[in-house]
Amino acid sequence: MIGIVGYGTYIPKYRITVEEIARVWQKDGKAISKSLNVKEKAVGSLDEDAATIAVESARRAVSHAGIKAKDIGALYVGSESHPYAVKPTASIVADAIGASPDLTAADLEFACKAGTAGIQMCMGLVGSEIPKWIKYGMSIGADTAQGRPGDALEFTAASGGAAFIVGKKKEEIIAEIEDTYSFTTDTPDFWRRQQAEFPRHAGRFTGEPAYFKHVMRAAEGVMKMVKMKPKDFDYAVFHQPNGKFPIRVAKMLGFEREQIEQGLTTPHIGNTYSGSMMIGLSSVLDKAKAGDKILAVSYGSGAGSDAFVLKATKNIEKNRPTSVFEMFKDKEYIDYATYAKFRKKLKSL
Amino acid sequence: MRNVSIIGFGCTKFGEHWSKSFRQLIAEAGIEAIMSAGVEGKDIEALYGGSMASGKFIGQEHIGALIADQLGLNPIPATRVENACASGGTALRSGYMSIKSGEYDIVAVGGVEKMTDVGVEQAAIALGGAGDQETELFHGASFPALYALMAKAHMDKYGTTEEQMAAVSVKNHHNATLNPKAQFQREINVETVMKSGYIATPLKLLDCSPITDGAAAVILCESSKAREICEQPIEIIASEQTSDTLSLAARKSLTETKAAKIAAKRAFEKTKLSVKDIDFVEVHDCFTIAEILAIEALGFCPQGQGGKYTEEGKTALDGEIPVNVSGGLKGKGHPVGATGIAQAVEACLQLQDKAEKRQVKDAKIGLAHNVGGSGATCTLHMFKALEGKK
Amino acid sequence: MEGNLPLIWRKFGERYDLDGNKCTTCGTAYFPARAVCPQCRRKGKLVDQKMPKTGKIITFTELFSGPAGFEHETPYFIAIIELDNKARLLSQVVDSEKEKVKVGARVEKVFRKISDIDPEGPIAYGYKFKVRD
Repeated sequence: MIGIVGYGTYIPKYRITVEEIARVWQKDGKAISKSLNVKEKAVGSLDEDAATIAVESARRAVSHAGIKAKDIGALYVGSESHPYAVKPTASIVADAIGASPDLTAADLEFACKAGTAGIQMCMGLVGSEIPKWIKYGMSIGADTAQGRPGDALEFTAASGGAAFIVGKKKEEIIAEIEDTYSFTTDTPDFWRRQQAEFPRHAGRFTGEPAYFKHVMRAAEGVMKMVKMKPKDFDYAVFHQPNGKFPIRVAKMLGFEREQIEQGLTTPHIGNTYSGSMMIGLSSVLDKAKAGDKILAVSYGSGAGSDAFVLKATKNIEKNRPTSVFEMFKDKEYIDYATYAKFRKKLKSL
Repeated sequence: MRNVSIIGFGCTKFGEHWSKSFRQLIAEAGIEAIMSAGVEGKDIEALYGGSMASGKFIGQEHIGALIADQLGLNPIPATRVENACASGGTALRSGYMSIKSGEYDIVAVGGVEKMTDVGVEQAAIALGGAGDQETELFHGASFPALYALMAKAHMDKYGTTEEQMAAVSVKNHHNATLNPKAQFQREINVETVMKSGYIATPLKLLDCSPITDGAAAVILCESSKAREICEQPIEIIASEQTSDTLSLAARKSLTETKAAKIAAKRAFEKTKLSVKDIDFVEVHDCFTIAEILAIEALGFCPQGQGGKYTEEGKTALDGEIPVNVSGGLKGKGHPVGATGIAQAVEACLQLQDKAEKRQVKDAKIGLAHNVGGSGATCTLHMFKALEGKK
Repeated sequence: MEGNLPLIWRKFGERYDLDGNKCTTCGTAYFPARAVCPQCRRKGKLVDQKMPKTGKIITFTELFSGPAGFEHETPYFIAIIELDNKARLLSQVVDSEKEKVKVGARVEKVFRKISDIDPEGPIAYGYKFKVRD
């Protein structure tokens, strides 16, 4: 048995509304907010980056799991805003949470799905015969998502992260991972070149041939493997680049709105990229009861989707962390100028 | 027993010396001191030079030899002394000890800082090195921040007000207008201070001593010899030096400067004098709160009453105990390494009745208190005029 | 803050996770770790110990003028914090509404960038604190 033994979410305190961003570019904020189904996005402070967000998420996960950090044998950080191009974020996290030095660690990049790729890697290592010593694996999705000023992505690109600890002891598992499946193709819908400050995207091409195709094929693939249909799930959570896409893809797959509501977090905090689906899944776990079935599908541009089928165990009800929706309440609104300073969008910073 | 006296002194104007370098400043003060001492360069046996951060300010270390070279004193032993803002006071004590020990009879002591060759943020980094780099400056705690923490604690504990701190600045600016060598030559009032912007709450711009260029020097001589060659030697009747934890957080009390308290206790015990015998005090007012902490630690007013005492005018030139008649660090300026020596120069002027407009009447004994960092080093000297040659 | 890499690196344990020590003779906790207990000196016995992650504000200041490397962060709070084991440290206080930053306020440690001044240089991470609601 392989499953999640703990999870932790970190969302920076600061928020900027879609309307405030639209004000600067003299666009219709209300209309944009409605069409994206995103009210506001979380913004990391001047002293936050993907590493600090990853550390905070990781600490919360360790505390929720109630395990010794030293027992984590594998640690992966998925992000597309790693503070260093070369020099791992994962080693910073490992040191900061006290997991080092007996572990394997690496940074992952696959646009918004690197964190879920990390979960699959942890599943493999934790469940494997060789090595035997890895008791737990931790995978984190954390980003301080970059949106070019004035670009459509700026309305949603947010900061935040989530960490999941994968383990194999039945008495510790709060949600068993029943299966996972991935769907990957070379579809360049969104990218950032090595020296570029901001990512670029292919406009509407990011929709149908990219997000929708990959999410659907991965979801269908995993459901086929476990012989389940949308109605068999209590919850479904999808990567959410905005508040609209996950609702549409759910409908296309045959899920009801109630099944996805608990995992829909982007309308409140924006798209946290690598954190997006993982924060949504955390929110689902906040509510899930023993026996509940969960479908979770990530999406990373470039492009691929990792789909998971999880089943909550009775352990999940023993120890509930502060819920993701509760975390949304600790916030402070900032204007565009402060946002530009915090995210170093001013040239002199 | 051998005693030590000052037989000559010199001090540059304090301020922004755009056209003068570090070496020009110390040469100016040094030459003035040697000339006034009535000794020849060849009579000087050793040199101690205080500078806090010449490396950070001008990229120059090894300033002991540099000063000896500039003053034409090679090959005498020349040593740099560094104890942050108490570098001057510590250099003075080093010279004092070297004569006290019997090794030398005549020694030159100088202090100098050239601070305006870097920008203010870089100056803040250089000065921040006086605190604990690893646990204070690294975290963005500038020097004003450390004193602000003490000020806030003092206000919370004793009810000290921002207006009372402002009164220190007003008094010292006033005294500075009476000192032609002072950096600031303008009167200010409490309102001006209160309206100046916050640097680190509750400290405002006019609660802080300025960035200053300047140098000061004294010539020390064994006292019996001093009487023979000098008309009015100024004897150093007490020299104390104490230390405390480098970081502020490690101290038991944030509202008392323990190093100063102990130094004062020892000096008064050894000289069998009391605060009543002191006619004027030069204290280390790098920030207004520092003067309040100083007069409390030295015993000139009860603990916690420094603000009120200042506000009531008791530390004014004509008050119960004139404090910082020179203008202090706030009004006269604070070229860090020079400050401790400049305090001794002021003591000489006062005791020789040469302080003109700011002369303290019948001044017999003066005290100087020089602090390094947020209180990790304290030097304390007491001075008294001797009868010299007729 | 300027600083060469080894200078930052050897402090990771202290700055990432509040590694300090404690004198088992007198029971005093030290942060940062000390080489000798100033009270017990040679009679003291120091053992490594992690500091608690929560404490209270003893005194604080809000800086409006920061040293080089901190110019863009002003205004920011600096506080002396007493941890739950009585050890005291100085730290920035972030993510806290101004009116909540006061003497006696409960604070908890957060992991933040302390200095990041050279876009091509190393980043120094470490502790800051935030007021607990």
